[in-house]
Amino acid sequence: MTIPTSSTAQVIPGQGAMAAPEAAKPAKAKRQRFLFLKNKKAAFGLIILGLYVLFAIIGPWITPYDPDARSNDLVQPPSADHWFGTTHLGQDVFSQVLDGTRPVVFVGFLAGTIATVLSVIIGITAGYLGGKTDDTLSALSNVFLVIPAIPLMIIITSILDNASNLLIALIIGLTSWSWNARVLRAQTLSLRRRDYIEASRATGEKTWRIIGFELLPNLTAVIASGFIGTVIFAVLSLITLAFIGIVSAAGWNWGTILFWAQGQQALAQGAWWWFVPAGLAIAFLGTALSLINFAIDEFVSPRLRSAGKTKLKTASGGTVRMRIGFTPVLSNSPEPHTRAQIHPDAMTPVAREATK
Amino acid sequence: MEPVLEIRNLNVEYGLGDRAVRAVRDVNLTLHRGEVLGLAGESGSGKSTLAYGLTRLLAPPGVITGGEVIYHPEKGDPYDVLGLSDKALRAFRWAETAIVFQGAMNSLNPVHKISTQLTDVLKAHDPNMSEHSRNARAREMLKLVGISPDRMDAYPHQLSGGMRQRVMIGMALILQPQVVIMDEPTTALDVVMQRQILGQLIELRERLGFSVIFITHDLSLLVEFSNRIAIMYGGRIVEEAPASTIYRDALHPYSKGLLSSFPALRGPRRELAGIPGSPPDLAGMPTGCSFHPRCPKAFEPCSTHIPVLGRPDSPDGAARSVACWLHPTEQPVG
Repeated sequence: MTIPTSSTAQVIPGQGAMAAPEAAKPAKAKRQRFLFLKNKKAAFGLIILGLYVLFAIIGPWITPYDPDARSNDLVQPPSADHWFGTTHLGQDVFSQVLDGTRPVVFVGFLAGTIATVLSVIIGITAGYLGGKTDDTLSALSNVFLVIPAIPLMIIITSILDNASNLLIALIIGLTSWSWNARVLRAQTLSLRRRDYIEASRATGEKTWRIIGFELLPNLTAVIASGFIGTVIFAVLSLITLAFIGIVSAAGWNWGTILFWAQGQQALAQGAWWWFVPAGLAIAFLGTALSLINFAIDEFVSPRLRSAGKTKLKTASGGTVRMRIGFTPVLSNSPEPHTRAQIHPDAMTPVAREATK
Repeated sequence: MEPVLEIRNLNVEYGLGDRAVRAVRDVNLTLHRGEVLGLAGESGSGKSTLAYGLTRLLAPPGVITGGEVIYHPEKGDPYDVLGLSDKALRAFRWAETAIVFQGAMNSLNPVHKISTQLTDVLKAHDPNMSEHSRNARAREMLKLVGISPDRMDAYPHQLSGGMRQRVMIGMALILQPQVVIMDEPTTALDVVMQRQILGQLIELRERLGFSVIFITHDLSLLVEFSNRIAIMYGGRIVEEAPASTIYRDALHPYSKGLLSSFPALRGPRRELAGIPGSPPDLAGMPTGCSFHPRCPKAFEPCSTHIPVLGRPDSPDGAARSVACWLHPTEQPVG
């Protein structure tokens, strides 16, 4: 209920302003949904990523030309017919970029998922159980840490002469989990000695429950950023493999486009439209994933999360960031602040320096 | 008496927008030179938020949404702490206002010697000071707080809890600040040690002439050691008066409740009574006086109108103020 101001003023004359009525607030603030999207980085990153996923799904169906089809328009610059121009065989670059989105996104996310699942299982088990299990699993991840993934893939794909995208995703996923496993193991080691974990162990919670309900929520941010990092790594690996000509048989992807552009000396021919779209596609996908990664980092702290945003505007129009030690002041006092100087004699040298 | 710190209409919120929680509401408080001002109240009443707000030490998402904190230096003109630039604020802290934190004895770094941690402040605020004079100052400070100077080279784990607390108090005083804010500095110590440390603090204050804002929920401690007591409830100050006045004749039912919750050492026996209910939820404050749902004397205006802190209409009501409809106020104080 609200109180009419006039009645307050009647009770204490002249103090209506100070005893300003306060509207009764609802007992519980509504749970805010989609808070993660309030973060601009997260929203921007997710929108771009969403577009990529969309094109990965519908890309091959909406290509204006068959990406393999040759035509008589050889090395044409972008035009209304060919938005991104054509290659040395008259193939449409736009169709190739669209068609190439699916394998990139597919390999990236599949490899990321495999690596994340493996790193979570191995890292947390090693960190939480300790002892011999830890020794064995740590040794295993150390071995995988030193396996060079790309040379290994070059060898494997050259043995199998028709390596599918699924196989490439599997190889990337199976070789790139070890770094995240180490990070998770270290974090788990620190978490398992915390009081709330010890308490749940003391009350007899099952190990799987402690790991699932007490540990995992604390590791969400680490796992999520590990996943994003692995996806970026997998995308770049696939494109590297295609660029050096290893997986060209597996259909179009951005690396294949770059492989042909490089092979036909697109740069020397001045055919920028041949390699720029694919390069930008890679760059934007990397940017989107990095933005999501940054947003996750910021989202980790429940304090910042509850605030929704960390930047705010002051009355004077400036923007202040919330940070520890310097609480922002949103002053709404009508008169300007007294801005007198500290007397120099009363100051320490540093204070004197600061007021100069 | 000359004021050293004036808090005017200070408002502090946690969070932004319509989900913000107002933790400190329109607080007006004046700290005079050489005075010990006690700040009492239940957990969650806004005591610590007020202290951290006026020094701008609140961690995110804390925001100061309005008000002024006027500091009067010994020499020179008063200025608003909330308007200081980051650099000036950094220089202001410790040199003018020092804080002894809650559980301060765990704030010492376990891998550095006491001497290193004491002289570090001097190094930061006065880089031209020689190492010899820094050490001399640190020794002097230790002696002041009752620790033998040969403990200079001790590590924190070699000291007892009480000694660590004294080191922290000494560290707070090492730049001779005008205002020392103590946020429940003795809650982790036993009562004997509490008394000793507080006695020493009062002695130091008489010698060095600083003012103290002492935050605690232990009202009995305040009655003994402070000059004035301000009682907070639900983010507001509900009563403010000299310590003896509050003890003898508290006006606000909440202050009375706090006072009757601990026994007196001397005098006639009286019944101990707690305050029923629990502190208000700052996100959903009751209308009117925030204490009215728990107040034994609540009557008609309490649930609809917020009482204003003002001078009560009583014969000895010169230097006190209260925010309660039982005691109609004449004029605002502060």
